Amino acid sequence: MPDVRLVNVTKRYGKIVAVDGVNVHIYDKEYFSLLGPSGCGKTTLLRLIAGLVQPDEGEVYIGDRLVNDVPPEDRDIGFVFQTFALFPHMNSWNNVTYGPRVKGFDMKKAETIGHEVLDMVRLHERLDAYPNELSGGMMQRIAVARALAAGSKLLLLDEPLGQLDAKVRNELRYEIRRMTKDLELTAIHVTHDQAEAMAISDRIAVIKKGKILQVGTPKELYMTPKSIFIAHFIGESNFLEGYVSNLSRRGATIELRGGIKVHVEVPKNMEKGDRAILAIRPETFVIEKGIKKNKNSIVGIVERITFEGTNIRYEIRLRNEDSVVVIRPSLVEEWLKVGEKVTMSFSPENTHIFAYPEAGLREELAVE
Amino acid sequence: MQAERANLLKPKIAKALDKLSSKTVIKNTVYIVSIIIFFALILLPPILGIIIKWGSIEDVLNQPKLMSEALNAIAASFAVAFFVSFIDVVAGVPMAWMITRGKSKWLSVLDTLSDIPFIVPTATLGYSLLLFWSEPGGLSSLFGASFVSPGWLLVILLHFTFSFPVVVRVMVGALLDYKLEYEQAARTLGAAPLTADRTVTFPILKHSLIASFTLAFARSLSETGATMMVAGVFVHGPIFIKNHIGEAGPLVFVSAILIALSSLVFVTIRLLGPRLKMPVRKVWPVAERKLSSSTIASSRNGITLLIFFVIVLVPSLFVAVPAFEAIFTGVLPEALGGVGVWGDYWQSISLSYFVGIVVTLLNVVIGLPMAIIIARRKIGNGPSAVLDVLVNIPIIVPSVALGASLAIFWENFAFMPDILLLIFAHLSITYPYFIRSMSAAVERISMELEEAGRTLGAKPLGVFRTIIFPLTKYSMLSGAIMVFTRSVSETGATLVVSNLKTAPVLLAKYWVLPFMEDPLSAPVTRAEIGLGCGFLLALSFAILLVLRLATRGEKGH
Repeated sequence: MPDVRLVNVTKRYGKIVAVDGVNVHIYDKEYFSLLGPSGCGKTTLLRLIAGLVQPDEGEVYIGDRLVNDVPPEDRDIGFVFQTFALFPHMNSWNNVTYGPRVKGFDMKKAETIGHEVLDMVRLHERLDAYPNELSGGMMQRIAVARALAAGSKLLLLDEPLGQLDAKVRNELRYEIRRMTKDLELTAIHVTHDQAEAMAISDRIAVIKKGKILQVGTPKELYMTPKSIFIAHFIGESNFLEGYVSNLSRRGATIELRGGIKVHVEVPKNMEKGDRAILAIRPETFVIEKGIKKNKNSIVGIVERITFEGTNIRYEIRLRNEDSVVVIRPSLVEEWLKVGEKVTMSFSPENTHIFAYPEAGLREELAVE
Repeated sequence: MQAERANLLKPKIAKALDKLSSKTVIKNTVYIVSIIIFFALILLPPILGIIIKWGSIEDVLNQPKLMSEALNAIAASFAVAFFVSFIDVVAGVPMAWMITRGKSKWLSVLDTLSDIPFIVPTATLGYSLLLFWSEPGGLSSLFGASFVSPGWLLVILLHFTFSFPVVVRVMVGALLDYKLEYEQAARTLGAAPLTADRTVTFPILKHSLIASFTLAFARSLSETGATMMVAGVFVHGPIFIKNHIGEAGPLVFVSAILIALSSLVFVTIRLLGPRLKMPVRKVWPVAERKLSSSTIASSRNGITLLIFFVIVLVPSLFVAVPAFEAIFTGVLPEALGGVGVWGDYWQSISLSYFVGIVVTLLNVVIGLPMAIIIARRKIGNGPSAVLDVLVNIPIIVPSVALGASLAIFWENFAFMPDILLLIFAHLSITYPYFIRSMSAAVERISMELEEAGRTLGAKPLGVFRTIIFPLTKYSMLSGAIMVFTRSVSETGATLVVSNLKTAPVLLAKYWVLPFMEDPLSAPVTRAEIGLGCGFLLALSFAILLVLRLATRGEKGH
C-alpha cells in the first residue's frame, strides 16, 4: 500500500538547505498537502519522493520499500507538474496512453485505460487535440489523466492548479480530490495557497525554510496553531505584543502596550515578565459601538472599512496605536462607520499566546 | 576643456538623433535602405551573374566528358555533405549531451575544446589534418606508410572535423533551452532514460537536430580551401570550379546546379522537416531499460570522448608540432623579420584581417536595421518572414559557387577594384551569420521592455541605445566575431573573385599545394608552412579568448 515515509531527509543545493531533516508519514489513501511560501522547499520534498532529486541524507520509503536509489520510472508514481509538461509533439490520446505504452502494456489494455481516464476527466471529445490547442483547464485535466493512466496508487501533484484562473482552479480542486478518493489513491499535493490546501486536504504539513513546522488536519492547524507563523499563514490573525504581568493557576494577565490588560489561559513554558504575542483571529471578536467595560476588551476607532462580499472588514486603530482587523458577516449586522469608537471583546479560548520570537516578529512572519 | 565640450555635445547629438528617429520618414528610410542594400549587394548579384552568362552553359553541354566530370563533382559534393552531416549528428549529439548533462567540472573545459576546430581557419585545419593523417611525423610514422592518403576518405575526415563543432554548438544550445520537465514527466510515467530520450526529448528537439544537420551540410558543401589540400585526385564541386577558373561555361554550369540543388535540399528540409516523425514509436521496456544502464552510458561517453580527441581535436592542433619545430630551427626570426616568403605572408595576413574588419563593420551597419526588421516584423508578418528566409540563402549556397557568380556579375563593372569585389563577396557570405545572431537576440527581448521605454518617453533610437543595445551587445559581439573569423577563413569565394592573396589563399594555393606536388621546388619548407599555420592558429585562439571573455561578461550581466 502506498503510504510514504520520510525519515530525517535533507537536501542541499550548495550552501542552501532546501529540505532540512524532514520527518513525516503520509498515510495510505490520504489526501495530503505540503503547504508553504515560495522557496520553502515543498517542491523539492515532492521531487525527493518522486526520485527526481536525490536526498543528501535520510531515507524515503514508499510502502515498505526504501526508494533512495530507485529511479523515478521504477517508483510506481503518477506526477502532475505545475506547467503540466504535456508532450507538445503528442496529441491528448498519445499523452494519456504514454504511461501504459512505456510500461509495456499490450495495446488493448493501454487503450482501455486511456478511455477510462479520459472518461474520468470528461475530455473524450478532445482526443486528437495537441496541447497548444487546449485551454489551461483542459491541459490540467489531461495532465491528471496521464498521471492516473500510469496505474499508480500514489499521485504527486506539484502546484497543479497554479497556472489556472481562480474560477477554474476552484472547480478543479474538488474534481481532483473526488477522483483520488474514488480511485483510493494516496495523493500528495504541493501548494502555496492555504485556502486550496484547507479545502481539499485530509492533512496538511506547513513548511518554512525547509522544515516542517506542523502537521495536522485543516481544523487543527486553524484552531490550534503551534507557532506564530502557522497562526499567520493559515487563515489570518491579529498579533498584539505585551508581556506576562501576572501568572496564576487560573490564568494569566498580559499587559499590552499602552497599559491595556487582558486575561488569557495559562500559557505554556512562559513565566512572569516574559514578552508575549497574543494571536486573535479577526472573526472571533465581538464588536460593539461605543466604549464598554467588558472583560477582555480593547477600545479603538474604526479607521478603514472594506466590503469583501460575504464579509466586511474593519481596520481599527487602538489607543496604543496598534492596529487590529475585525471581520464580520456583511449582511447580518448593521455596518459601523469610519471614525466611530468601538469596543472589541474576545474570549480566552479563542486566543493563542506565544513567546515573543527571538528573531523578532517581522522575521517570524516573513514568508520569503 | 575640449573634452568637457565634447561631453556636453554628446547628449545633445544623441538627443537630436533620438528626435529624428521618431520621424516615420527617417525610420522607414533606414529600413528601406537596408533592404535595398541587401538585394543590391548580397542577394541579386550572384543570381544575376549566373543569368548573364547562362548561354555559356552550352560549352559544357557540348562536351560530354566535361559535363560528366562536372556532374560527378557535384554528386561527390552532395555525397560527402550528406554522409558527413549524418555522422556529425550521430557523434555530436552524445558530445552535446555529455557537456550539458554531465556533472564533472571538466566539462566546461571540454565545451571550450569542442569549439577549437570551429575557430581554427580551415586552411590551417586542412594542413593540420594532412600532417596528422598522411604526412611523415603524424600517424604515418607509427604505421610506416601514409596512413590515410589524400583522397575522399581524408576529405570526409576533414569535413567531419570542421562541421562537428557546429552540431555540438547547436545541440548544446538546444539541450540547455530544453525544458527538462518533459523528460522527467516521461520518467515518472515509467519510461527508462533511453525510452524517454527517444520518445520525448529527441522528437521535441527535432528542429534543432534538423538545424544542426543543415548547418553541417551547408558547411561541408561550401568548404574549398582546406579540401584542396587533402583532396588528392578527388574532385568535388568547389574543387571543380577552382580548377576551371576563367572558363565561364563550367563555372556557370556547376554553380547553377550547386545553388539550385542546395536550395532544393534546404527548402525540402524546411518543408518536410516539421512533418518528419521519429522512425520507431514502439517501446521495448525491458531491452531499453538494459540499454539505459550506467555501464552503457559510460561506454557511450568513453567512445564519444575517444572520437572527439582522436578524430577531431588532436588532428586539428597537430600543426602545432612543425610550428614548434620551426621555432627552434631559426625560422622564427626570419618569419618575424618578414624575410623572403614571409613578406608575402604578413601582407596576406594584413589583407585578411583588413577585409575581416571592414566586412564586420559593414555587417554591423547594414545588418542591424535588417535584424530589427526581421525580429520585430517591421514590414508586416509575411514580408518579414520572407526576408528571414532570403537572408539565410547565402549560408546554404556553396561559397565557391557564390564567388564564381559574383565574379561574373561584377566583371561587368570595369571600375570595380579587386579589393571591393573581395569585400562584397565576404559580405555576402558572412551577412547571414550576423543577422541570425542579432535577430535571435532581439527576438529574445520582450516587446514589453521596448514599450515600457516608449511609455516613459524614450524615442525609437533612445530605446535602441538604452534598452536593446545593452541587452544585445554580447550577441552583437559574438555575431561580429563569427563574421570576422568566417571572413578570415574564407577561401573558396576568395579564390574565384580576385587574384588577391589572403592568408588562407596564400597557404592553400601558394604554399601547401606546391609543396605537396614537389617539396624540393616549392617556395617554402615544411617548417615554414607549419609556422605560417601556427601564427594563424595563435591569432584564432586570441579571438576565441575574446569570445569567451565576452560570454563571461554576458553571464555576469
